[in-house]
Amino acid sequence: MTLDHALPRTKDNLLLAQAGEGTRVELQGIVKSYAGNRVLHGVDLDIAPGEFVSLLGPSGCGKTTLLRVLAGLEGADEGAVLLGGGDVSRVPTNKRDIGMVFQSYSLFPHLRVAENTAFGLRRRGVGKAEASRRAVDALALVGLADFADRFPHQLSGGQQQRVALARALVTEPKVLLLDEPLSALDAKVRVQLRDEIRRIQLRLGITTVFVTHDQEEALAVSDRIAVMNAGRIEQIGSPEQLYTKPSTAGVAAFVGLSSVVSGVAEGDHVMVWGQRLPLQSPADGPVDVYLRPENVYFASEADAAAEALVEESTFLGSMRRTLVRTESGELVRVQHAPGIHPSFGDRVRIAIAPEPVAVHPRG
Amino acid sequence: MNRLGPSRTTRWIIGVLVGAFFAVPLVSTFLFTLRDPAGGLSFARWIALFDPAAAATLKPIWTGLGNSLVLAVVTVAIVLLLLAPTMILVNLRFPNLKPAFEFAVLLPISIPAIVLVVGLAPIYLQIGRTLGTGTWTLAFAYGITVLPFAFRSIQASIDAADLRTLSEAARSLGASWPTVVLKVLAPNLRQGLLAASLISIAVVLGEFTIASLLNRQVFQTAMVVVNKQDPYAPAIFTLLALVFVFLLLLVIGRVARGSGKARP
Repeated sequence: MTLDHALPRTKDNLLLAQAGEGTRVELQGIVKSYAGNRVLHGVDLDIAPGEFVSLLGPSGCGKTTLLRVLAGLEGADEGAVLLGGGDVSRVPTNKRDIGMVFQSYSLFPHLRVAENTAFGLRRRGVGKAEASRRAVDALALVGLADFADRFPHQLSGGQQQRVALARALVTEPKVLLLDEPLSALDAKVRVQLRDEIRRIQLRLGITTVFVTHDQEEALAVSDRIAVMNAGRIEQIGSPEQLYTKPSTAGVAAFVGLSSVVSGVAEGDHVMVWGQRLPLQSPADGPVDVYLRPENVYFASEADAAAEALVEESTFLGSMRRTLVRTESGELVRVQHAPGIHPSFGDRVRIAIAPEPVAVHPRG
Repeated sequence: MNRLGPSRTTRWIIGVLVGAFFAVPLVSTFLFTLRDPAGGLSFARWIALFDPAAAATLKPIWTGLGNSLVLAVVTVAIVLLLLAPTMILVNLRFPNLKPAFEFAVLLPISIPAIVLVVGLAPIYLQIGRTLGTGTWTLAFAYGITVLPFAFRSIQASIDAADLRTLSEAARSLGASWPTVVLKVLAPNLRQGLLAASLISIAVVLGEFTIASLLNRQVFQTAMVVVNKQDPYAPAIFTLLALVFVFLLLLVIGRVARGSGKARP
C-alpha cells in the first residue's frame, strides 16, 4: 500500500489540516540507575521542533531507557525533561501529551480499531461522535480507514502497528515516540512502514524520537541520529555525517559496514598497503583504519595494492559484496559490480579509493 | 491406533469404575429423598419443602442459604476489589515481590481449616466488637481461604495478557491509573476474574469447618442442624447444591475454553 492511496486530501483531513510546527524536546543531564547499576550517564539531547531524531545503539546501550524517561514511564535520578520549554520531569505520563508506539503490539484487544484509535481522544474529553470522526481521519492517514470495525487480532502485524501509529497521532501530541516499532515485522513490511512513518512525520511536522538498533533504518529516515553506547551519546549528527565522519571507533563500527585494517598515520595522511590516504582528522602513529566496502576495489597489476584471497561473495541485487583475507590476515569487504564473480580461494588484488578515511589509535 | 494408550476395554472399565465412585452416593442420596412415608418412591419429600407446616423446621436452611449468598457476594467483592488490583500492582510495579506474594496467597491451601480457626478466633473477637457478629463478617476468613484458587485463575489471565505494554500504551494516551485498570486491564482479564469469582462462590458454598467453629449460621451448618430433625430436607438441599456447583464448574470450564478462542 502506498501513501498516495492512503492519504486523503489535506483539506478533508483534520490531522493534516492542523499540522503544526512541532515542539522542542530537551533532555538535560539525564542520569538513571537500576539497582546501583548506572544505565544513563548524564545524557543531553536537544531536538528541534519537527525534527526526526533516532536513538541508535546496540542492545543495553540505554536508548530505550532514555525514551522511557522522555515518556515519563521511568523517572530520571537526575536531570530534566523539557517539552516546548516547560519542565515536565515531574509530570506523569498521562499528562505529558505524548504519542507512543511500542515494540510489541499494544492495541487493546477488547476494542475495535476505531475504538482503539479514539481512546486517547475520549480520555481528553472529546465527545464520542467527534472522537470517531477524528479516529477515522487518523486511520485514513495510515491507509486503514476500511478496517475501523475490525478487532486487533483480525489485523496483520504491520496493520496493527499502523493502527498504533494512528492512535498515537490522533491526539496531536507534542512529540511522537517510537520504541522499535518495526522490529516485530518482516523485512518488506518493515521498509514500507518505515518510509510511511517518515512521510507522515514530515507532513504533520511532529517532533519524533525513534529508537532502533537497526542502523539502516536510522540512516533511512532520520534528520539526525544519536549513536548511543554504554549509557552515553557517542555522536549525534546527520546520517551523512555519521557515515562519512564517525567520531569514535564505536560509531564507525556500528554505523554502516566497515573493515578495520592497520595503518600508520603521519599527520594528515595514513599509509595502508603502500597507499597514501588522506585523513579526516590528523593523527600520528599506528592506527586502525576504517574502510567502507564501496571505497575498496579490485585493482589491476599496475596499482599499489594488497594481495588477498577470496573468502566469500554475496549477490545483493544491484551489487555484489566480496569478503577477502589479506596476506596479513585482515578481513576486508569489497563492494563491486554484480558482473564480477569472484570464487572462494581466488587470488585478487585490492586497493583503496583516495577518500578521506576515519582512523583511531590502535590499542 | 495409539499403541501406547490403554485399550478401549480398559478405558471403559476405568470410566465405569470412576463414574460409579461418584454416581453411587449421589444416586443413593437421590433415592433416599424419594422414599415415601407411606411406602414406595415419590417426590413427596421434595414437595414438602414448600409446605408451610415444615417452614419452622426448614427455617435455619433458608436463613443459612441467605447468609451464604451474602457471604459469596462479599467474598467475590474481596477477590475483585482487593486481590485483583493487588495482583495487577505486584505484576506491574513490584515484580520482585511476585515469588513472596505467590507464596503468601498459596499458603491457605496448606493450612488445615482447624488451624486457621485457632488463629482467626481471637481476631473475630475483635471483629465482633467493632463490626458486630453478622454472618457477613465471615467473608474476611473466606477471603483468605479462596486466595489460592482465585489467585491461580487471575494469574493465568495476567500471564496471557501483556499488562505492562497495555497499561503503558493507555498511560501514554492520557489514561489515569483507575481508567487503565477499569477500561483496559479488567476487560482483558475478564475470563480470569470471572473464573476466580465462580470458584470463590463454590468454595464459600462448600466450607463448613470455619463457619461451624466460629458459630456462624450458613447453608452448610444449617443443614447439620436440620438433619437432626429431618434427614430428608438436607439430603435434597445437598443434591441441589451439588447441581448448582456442577453448573458453576461447567461455566468455569466454558469460560476457560473461551480464553483460547478468538476474542469477540
